[in-house]
Amino acid sequence: MKSIVSAQKAISMIKDGASVMIGGFLECGAPDMLIDELVKQNKKNLTMISNDTTYPDADKGRLIVNKQIKKLITSHIGTNPETGKQMHAGELDVELVPMGTLIEKIRAKGTGLGGVLTPTGVGTVLEENKETMNIDGKKFIFEKPLGADFALIYGTKVDKYGNVSFYGTTRNLNTVMATAADTVIVQADELVECLDPNEVVIPGLFVDYIVVKENN
Amino acid sequence: MELTAQKSIEKEIKSSLVTDPISHSHKELTKEQIREIVAKRAAKEFREGDVVTLGIGLPTAVANYVPENMHVIFQSENGLLGVGKDQKGNIDKRVINAGGGYVEARQGACFYDSQMAFTMMRGGHIDATVLGALQVDSDGSLASWMIPGKMVPGMGGSMDLVVGAKKVIVAMEHTSKGQIKIVEKCTLPLTAFREVNMIITERCVFEVENDGLVLKEINPMFSVDDIKASTGADFRICDNLKAMC
Repeated sequence: MKSIVSAQKAISMIKDGASVMIGGFLECGAPDMLIDELVKQNKKNLTMISNDTTYPDADKGRLIVNKQIKKLITSHIGTNPETGKQMHAGELDVELVPMGTLIEKIRAKGTGLGGVLTPTGVGTVLEENKETMNIDGKKFIFEKPLGADFALIYGTKVDKYGNVSFYGTTRNLNTVMATAADTVIVQADELVECLDPNEVVIPGLFVDYIVVKENN
Repeated sequence: MELTAQKSIEKEIKSSLVTDPISHSHKELTKEQIREIVAKRAAKEFREGDVVTLGIGLPTAVANYVPENMHVIFQSENGLLGVGKDQKGNIDKRVINAGGGYVEARQGACFYDSQMAFTMMRGGHIDATVLGALQVDSDGSLASWMIPGKMVPGMGGSMDLVVGAKKVIVAMEHTSKGQIKIVEKCTLPLTAFREVNMIITERCVFEVENDGLVLKEINPMFSVDDIKASTGADFRICDNLKAMC
């Protein structure tokens, strides 16, 4: 059985300066309640790893607006003008990574690999200062694994064993992030006693803490 | 999700070598007309059963022109194979497309995570992609994700998609605010090097071949001289030049 805790308690484990990966594609499948609590507790100097920075008034975007992020590793910031503004002002260190590469870097960490080789970005500025390798006549860029202290993820239904299932397009980066952080906190839309094993997308072993949305 | 940023970028895009003489002339088309011409033509590139990923903005409109009786499956990088119509009525925010729009899943659709999405995209399992660009050049390289020091929306999934898709179609306005977009060599940071197969604009259709651009079709509203004057790269004219329709 996993620890079922309040959002307040779960987020209080995160110290200033920690690295945090946060699931979601724009607002879909984002652990909004956990992010709201990060804003409330005003954790500072965080490294955030996320697909995007949504919008200024939505989940991850609010962490940017509230200037809680020191370093951002992401694939797209175009939907949140505040991210670009802080980046150009030198207040926010932004590392842009192609979405597919970002996912594979995280996956490499979670699956115990020393990195991945990708054709994405060959012949572009992304190739600069990176190792490349020629495999069977094709050039690839070497990308290192990427992990974090915490992963904040979303699940539509979570059972007491930490198994997670999803509805619709909410899976996105939640699944891969669950494998690549020291501590994984899942926000459950609904907590159930036990999921049908056929429905489980993230096996319970990856999850450390469960925060239930309806209880808060 | 690149729509807003793309619009802002186009506002800011600075001059290449030439400006477009057709801009502000009697041949200038409205945005809606351009969108329709380009989207309609791009939809003709699909074959029965194709799996297609569309970019945000003009390319999204391509889905509206696929014939009713042709089965084309639209893939979305956020985890949906079988993108349907926009949701109406009671919105379920748990089903979106890559632009954040609430969509339906078509019959036969499936959901998956981002890792599977990019296995499809980068892994060579997508038959065609249609996307916009800030610049495309005669080598088939394209730039679409940043203007240094000005607008940096980021590449999102575009770099992986363009590298992996079997056919890459750039669908865009021939010029933007009078500025040339089809150039000899891209001056903006590339999204991908030599991956574009075809360029479709409201004025013409180019294919990218080993020796550069080949003009395959032309909108009868325009002359070859118009195309030459509004294109920053040399091109060859196909022996069998057709009217674009």
